[in-house]
Amino acid sequence: MNNVVPVKIQIIAIVISLGFLAYIGRLIVKGKLREEYSFIWVFGALILILFSFWREGLAVIAKLLGVYAAPNLVFMVAIFGIFIYLLHISVVVSQLHEKNKKLSQEIALLKNKIEKIISDKTEK
Amino acid sequence: MIKRIAVIVPAYNEEKSIAGVVNDINAVNLGNEFEITVIVVNDCSHDRTAEIAGRLKCILLDLPVNLGIGGAVQTGFKYAYENKYDFAMQVDGDGQHPPTEIPKLLKHISETNADIVIGSRFINNIGFISTFSRRLGIVFFKYLLRLFCGVIITDSTSGFRILNRKVLAIVSEIYPDDYPEPVSIILFRRNNLKIEEVPVIMCERKGGKSSIKAFTSLYYMLKVSIAVFFTYIRNRNKN
Repeated sequence: MNNVVPVKIQIIAIVISLGFLAYIGRLIVKGKLREEYSFIWVFGALILILFSFWREGLAVIAKLLGVYAAPNLVFMVAIFGIFIYLLHISVVVSQLHEKNKKLSQEIALLKNKIEKIISDKTEK
Repeated sequence: MIKRIAVIVPAYNEEKSIAGVVNDINAVNLGNEFEITVIVVNDCSHDRTAEIAGRLKCILLDLPVNLGIGGAVQTGFKYAYENKYDFAMQVDGDGQHPPTEIPKLLKHISETNADIVIGSRFINNIGFISTFSRRLGIVFFKYLLRLFCGVIITDSTSGFRILNRKVLAIVSEIYPDDYPEPVSIILFRRNNLKIEEVPVIMCERKGGKSSIKAFTSLYYMLKVSIAVFFTYIRNRNKN
């Protein structure tokens, strides 16, 4: 049974992961995190909670997939997930960049139109 | 009918040279057939560029945030397209492109069926022809562009160019962000537009800095190469 997580660390893990989930919930409620970007965080928090309750879980899944050392599975899954999410964030940033550019150009063109209207009026 | 030409001057911190450039462009004599309008696009300068340009005989487009050369020039293209100009030209705000050379480009585009006419320093090799390393980069682009679009453009980094309404319709929708000059050539070719070059004489910049710094030139070459490649792929279906 030496692959099973000890009770003390289990309690700490449960508290931290529940706290994490609560914090994400708070961010969403306060409008600081948009729902579409919160899925991955909620999902991550739920996985953390699952494994803090299910003590043998990690060892069972590692064995199932034929991974020799269970922590390696954690690293692999986590790093892969992080890469995918970073790529997603880059896509979001690129979209924002494009929208920002369009808006700025529109503002410059509108400013010019407004000034023209004002100066036409004062001339009359 | 009088043909209207929008001369777009992108300006970022060009307080020293902007007045000279705008006045020189307005002073160019094009005869009765053409009418020139200078459009200064102030790319959120920190200095007095906007204030000075506001007093000059020009249309001022004031960007609220810095977009870089591509975004700034595109703002001018959008204005020219919306306001039904026949031709749009780009003349840099740093005094590198002598306005006295404008008639050469205009003459060529109105007399031939070219859609884009680029002013090239390297056809006759007179005037200011840039530093050795810049020229090396330009030669690299020449071969890169020949590989991708089968035309020889001797001065792909030249921003001194004129284009007609057909091109304006395209560039007011899509135009590359940074380092737009070489990348836009691929875009033009992919849309089956005819690009031609005429020899011009350029000057050394009077003020301001090049958008291409020596320190980042390798990065520039790499980025342009990647952009050229993906612009090629992206627009492949059009042919």
